[in-house]
Amino acid sequence: MSDTLERVRKIVIEQLDADPDKVTEKASFIDDLGADSLDTVELVMAFEEEFDVEIPDDAAEHIQTVGDAVKFIDEKLGA
Amino acid sequence: MRRVVITGLGLVTPLGTGVDHVWKKLLDGQSGIRPITNFDTEGYGCTIAGEVPAVDGRGGGSPDQPGMFDFDKVLSPKERKRVDDFIVFAMAAADEALADANWKPETDEDQEATGVMVGSGIGGLGPIADTAIVLKEQGPRRVSPFFIPSALINLASGQISIRHGLKGPNHSVVTACATGAHAIGDAARMIALGDADVMVAGGAESSVVPIGIAGFLACKALCTAYNDTPEKASRPYDRGHAGFIMGEGAGVMVLEEYEHAKARGAKIYAEVVGYGMSGDAYHITAPSEDGDGGLRAMKMALKRAGMEPSDLDYVNAHGTSTMADWIELKAIERLVGDHAKDLTVSSTKSMTGHLLGAAGAIECVFSVLAIKDQMVPPTINLDDPEHETPIDLVPHKGKAKKVDVAMSNSFGFGGTNAAVIFKKVD
Repeated sequence: MSDTLERVRKIVIEQLDADPDKVTEKASFIDDLGADSLDTVELVMAFEEEFDVEIPDDAAEHIQTVGDAVKFIDEKLGA
Repeated sequence: MRRVVITGLGLVTPLGTGVDHVWKKLLDGQSGIRPITNFDTEGYGCTIAGEVPAVDGRGGGSPDQPGMFDFDKVLSPKERKRVDDFIVFAMAAADEALADANWKPETDEDQEATGVMVGSGIGGLGPIADTAIVLKEQGPRRVSPFFIPSALINLASGQISIRHGLKGPNHSVVTACATGAHAIGDAARMIALGDADVMVAGGAESSVVPIGIAGFLACKALCTAYNDTPEKASRPYDRGHAGFIMGEGAGVMVLEEYEHAKARGAKIYAEVVGYGMSGDAYHITAPSEDGDGGLRAMKMALKRAGMEPSDLDYVNAHGTSTMADWIELKAIERLVGDHAKDLTVSSTKSMTGHLLGAAGAIECVFSVLAIKDQMVPPTINLDDPEHETPIDLVPHKGKAKKVDVAMSNSFGFGGTNAAVIFKKVD
């Protein structure tokens, strides 16, 4: 498991109070983890803070799963 | 007009959480005023308040004492960040009141006939102040998406409706320290007019935060004289009064159309028979010197009730431990005339402090309990009355009294006044 994935999972579990077993790469924040649109805004803010990256609103709209977030962050960080 | 009765009660106060627990302490004349734990009071002229004692140590609470508030029992940590404390207090008081009323609407018809009217004086003052600092220091992109819904006053009513599936009128009152009384009076009217059969009504407040204390200190409204003896600080009608002590919490009532309550065999505490409102048109923070605004609200409430001043047995006064206490009392004397010697008036703010937008709500609950138990709560710290009055102000300890009719007065900044009258149902 990549370092980014682990850190993203930790944030998602904490922010959404989600069952760790359900927080897989494929898990959708809204469909699988019970988030609403406000939760996803807060999640993106937490990712920005954790990884010190800026996630513009149009990019944030496409981050719907744990894997989407990991992919975006890794690309941003050039990993 | 349809008759409106009270079938459920809920309380979160500086004396603790839960109606039975709070009422016992109130009759016993205990004080809920203690050193502030919500924040570091270094540099503040007032360092005491009526905080809600909680299992986490807030307000001097601890897990092994009875009647302690437990945030985790109301909401999960995830849900908690979406709401300011005044909303959590409102939700807990509504939970208690609805359970007490044994009203759990499940059909569309019942849900649509049940509304919510819970107000607040200031709402989410804490998150507004905290978020302003985030905005200034970190910029607009760091403002939480939960900031606005955690701070909006009507989100107390909104959250209660979501939690219990209440789809009737969803409304909220904001009239400073008259909020709770206005909410109960207005909600009763909605039932009387047929907009709803059941209303969850009351007020909530959580302004014991740095900007709240600093703001009221600047208004010269808060007491700064008893920081070392907090239990003595709130002393309405006493010569040593020195300003009000802020409290936090919530009071909620389930109001119900009389036939609706009877048909389902609900326990009925009392009937809401009168409601009066007025404006002072005088000053932003002070009442007029002759107490005219409060007097007119009381007169209007009696007129709506079809009662005479001599019908009043007990008045829960606004009595905030300021110069305005005697203005109100003189207005009551003028209202009742010779009946003054048979009337009982007390200020329960001597024990709870002033819960601002929740004050009228918890005091309406106390007025209803006075009718239910035929007991009047005291005015504590009344050691040396500032003026003479024929009215019994119930110093120090609660006592038995025949109470068929009780009135609760609440007056707010801006010169807004409300009086609600409750009557025993035979």
